[in-house]
Amino acid sequence: MIEYIIYAFLAINIIFNLLGSFSLHRFPDVYTRLHGATKCTTFGTIFAVLAVVVHALNQLRITGDPKYLQMALHSVVALIALLLTNPTGAHAIAKAAHLSGVKPAKAVIDAYEEKLTDRGESR
Amino acid sequence: MSFIVVFMWSFVLWLALTAGTKGMLWSAEELAAGVVFSLIVGYTTRNVVGEKAGRFLSPSKWVGFIVYSLGPLFWGMVKANLDVAYRVITGKIKPGIVRVPVELENDAQYTILSNSITLTPGTLTIDACPEEKALYVHWIYVRDEHPKSSEPISGSFEKWARRLGK
Repeated sequence: MIEYIIYAFLAINIIFNLLGSFSLHRFPDVYTRLHGATKCTTFGTIFAVLAVVVHALNQLRITGDPKYLQMALHSVVALIALLLTNPTGAHAIAKAAHLSGVKPAKAVIDAYEEKLTDRGESR
Repeated sequence: MSFIVVFMWSFVLWLALTAGTKGMLWSAEELAAGVVFSLIVGYTTRNVVGEKAGRFLSPSKWVGFIVYSLGPLFWGMVKANLDVAYRVITGKIKPGIVRVPVELENDAQYTILSNSITLTPGTLTIDACPEEKALYVHWIYVRDEHPKSSEPISGSFEKWARRLGK
């Protein structure tokens, strides 16, 4: 029974990570690619970690070996670190790309560009 | 104050990383090493962590954060991930960078809101400008070129950010 929950979590993980890497190929520019590459993979990775935690707690229940407790706790710490650093990194990449002059492709509006032009911070 | 807060949380992190060294609990050596390292970390960062560090000890904040991340944030991520998955498959995109006016007071609230916006796919915060009370957000499918509030982009996140970042 618990095996099927683990398989389901892993399947969700694989689907979203696959879509994330697929979006690198489909999308036109750095900003839209960042959406796919950083966010779909975060969502997938949450489920990968959940699968590890469920597996570890299940093994802990069966065998009582403390190494499975460590496995579960370390995965959760890794997940928290990922959730905090991933948006920060994506934001840093996007802002750096915009400040170095990469225009968003096919954009219908670019309010950030207008703001920089208003201030006279032309490039 | 910031010294105590950093010491406590470093020690909690140490306990989480070393659980299971003696049965299910901690051996005395691990606990002693944890105290030493937490003291070092707390002492070296006492001027880096701001004055208002006391809010990291407030239990209501932590309950709020847990409720927020398991409830509205996770649900937002599910919805938005399906949306981006649809756009990856069909290729229907209409990207653009919009200016989103927000009503927030301090840096913590800006951090929470922009990280939440970035974590939910389809939207990506490019820059936060507290001086003009606005976020610049790259939106993968622009529905409103001049939004009047953060409602169309992030739903209820702004209310949560205001409450949690006080």
